[in-house]
Amino acid sequence: MQWLDARLPLPRLVYDSFVAYPVPRNLNYAYTFGGILALFLVVQILTGVVLAMHYAANSAIAFDSVEKIMRDVNWGWMLRYMHANGASFFFIAVYLHIFRGLYYGSYKAPREVLWILGVIIFLLMMATAFMGYVLPWGQMSFWGATVITGFFTAFPLIGDPIQQLLLGGFAVDNATLNRFFSLHYLLPFMIAGVVILHVWALHVTGQTNPTGVEVKSSKDTVPFTPHATIKDGFAMVVFLAIFAYMLFYMPNYLGHPDNYIEANPLKTPAHIVPEWYFLPFYAMLRAITFNIGPIDSKLGGVLVMFGSIIVLFFLPWLDTSRIRSTAYRPMYKIFFWVFVANAIMLGWLGSKPAEAPYTWLSLVGTIYYFGHFLIVLPVLGLVETPKRLPGSITEAVLAKSGGGGGGRPAGAAAAPDTKG
Amino acid sequence: MKKLLPALLAAGLAFAPMGLAFAQDGQGPTENTAAEEAAVGTDASVEAAEEGHAATPHYPIRHPEQMDWSFAGPFGHWDIAQLQRGLKVYKEVCAACHGMRLVAFRNLDALGYNEDQVKAFAAEYTVQDGPNGDGEMFDRPGIPSDYFPSPFPNSAAAAAANNGAAPPDFSLLAKARAVERGFPTFVFDLFSQYQEAGPDYIHALLTGYDEQPSPEVEASLQPGTYYNPYFISGPALAMPPPISDDQVEYADGAPQTVDQYSRDVSAFMMWAAEPHLVERKATGFVVMLFLVVFAGLLFVVKRRVWAGTPH
Repeated sequence: MQWLDARLPLPRLVYDSFVAYPVPRNLNYAYTFGGILALFLVVQILTGVVLAMHYAANSAIAFDSVEKIMRDVNWGWMLRYMHANGASFFFIAVYLHIFRGLYYGSYKAPREVLWILGVIIFLLMMATAFMGYVLPWGQMSFWGATVITGFFTAFPLIGDPIQQLLLGGFAVDNATLNRFFSLHYLLPFMIAGVVILHVWALHVTGQTNPTGVEVKSSKDTVPFTPHATIKDGFAMVVFLAIFAYMLFYMPNYLGHPDNYIEANPLKTPAHIVPEWYFLPFYAMLRAITFNIGPIDSKLGGVLVMFGSIIVLFFLPWLDTSRIRSTAYRPMYKIFFWVFVANAIMLGWLGSKPAEAPYTWLSLVGTIYYFGHFLIVLPVLGLVETPKRLPGSITEAVLAKSGGGGGGRPAGAAAAPDTKG
Repeated sequence: MKKLLPALLAAGLAFAPMGLAFAQDGQGPTENTAAEEAAVGTDASVEAAEEGHAATPHYPIRHPEQMDWSFAGPFGHWDIAQLQRGLKVYKEVCAACHGMRLVAFRNLDALGYNEDQVKAFAAEYTVQDGPNGDGEMFDRPGIPSDYFPSPFPNSAAAAAANNGAAPPDFSLLAKARAVERGFPTFVFDLFSQYQEAGPDYIHALLTGYDEQPSPEVEASLQPGTYYNPYFISGPALAMPPPISDDQVEYADGAPQTVDQYSRDVSAFMMWAAEPHLVERKATGFVVMLFLVVFAGLLFVVKRRVWAGTPH
């Protein structure tokens, strides 16, 4: 090992990053989703590579090749359900990871680059998931692809050429399927690359923690191994258990029955809905039902939808509060939970048909979504009176555990119970 | 208490968005109605999803009754006798119009038939093979590696022979049909593991022909369609009542009623759509057991590791 280390300091890198690396001692279970996401990226790549050995990216046989995997390939049903449900659980974990970042102010200086890399990963994930959903070539695959690539036609002049480039033609067809398969295979490795940058940036600035107070001395931290390893490991296994429950007992709960019907360009499904993880954004897209000056409703909707993610890039500079953790921001705490409820409501609205009460509710939700970032965060940081911050992480921890050195706080035992 | 908040954030969010988003489930496909042509060629832009639903009545008129299935729940298993009866119903009645192109005769060994029985069963079918040495296509008796032949050469021929509505293939139908459960039922489904919307729907549809439409519905029916309040995408469908009492003879003494036929063929179709269902659930039990025990052990170790460190 020393021989290798002297020539290529890889063992040292691993040791410094995942063994000796100091982590704040007060991290809670909301901080375990980073590890869970890494695990799921690996699961998705491994199952995906094996599935690709059996899948045929040709519009004439794609649907049947997926069914071959389900019926005739050894453990094919498990691989395919793992991959499909794995995508959903990837998004569950990433949304929890993002909300944790929002709650504890993980995007604030000096972690802006870390946050922006995260948003890039999120965008890449969305692109990958969307293209992956097209591959089984069911009705929802086909019509989802038609609707989503149709967004680009909203842009004047460049819209149509962009759409034709994406589709490889004038409509979703074999050419589309082939390029989507190619990109679906490529993008996860790009995600893996950005993940490396994300983790690198994390290890430069260090983690945030529930108090939002930076690490001040070695008393504030514990070594990554064994403390964080075992905690992350436990959270991973609990998360995997929930995943296994869906995978083995209700693997089609998250899917749409129409996707078991082969794609048919001549039959439009009654309702075209995207996968659940896109629904909040889909709701915002459909919320704009009116023209704004020269911008017609379609372009308006598309701009709002893209804007809803682009606004995340500017989040570090939109939040004017110098307090990181929402735990010490009594007013923002309320707005944060309203924001969460609003995001869930938008998800529900995205699954509803575009009818009278739902469209204007979507509009209200959309206005709040942007209001949260563009009005609440800048203004609240200036007017809010935060609670008193603890002097250090250790002080906060000891204050909570009653000043004792050895006593285990009650909260630590309660946390995993509520989660499992 | 401070600790609880992030944990709640984790637990609450894990389920809430997931659950809420699934109202999307089960908006039915629309390949059966004669009135279906209207939807063909709809402009497939964003507006396609937004076209006026306001005046559309919601189908099905009646929700399917929830049945007891042997394959439901975490320890679900096939009722082999039922699958055999279902196969008989399919072969003698449904197969006249509906194909099952993804199921091979060799798969029937899962229904408790031995190799000779499967061979004999396959040989009852005539399959086109070829080209032979002379370049000619020829007919031969089926062998176990053949798939169930479809009754029509293509969907246009199927539609032409059936009043414009092609009878859907049976291979995946039990997974391709589900009536939307709505809030809050779909949240409960997460815990009751309700996954039988397909067979419930098929059973309800097959037994639902007897009812009389209300006068205003009756006036709106297309000629050549049959009223069925359980039909997922309209008041009536192009398929006439397909089966009647005593049409198929059961050797095992099961009642020869439409209700029983419908249960059996629905169960059979679930098997056809998901042949590894039982294997999946049995595997799942072992995996869950392992993960729960492993998580328990990890939790104990975690407490030991953190014992001296207030956090």
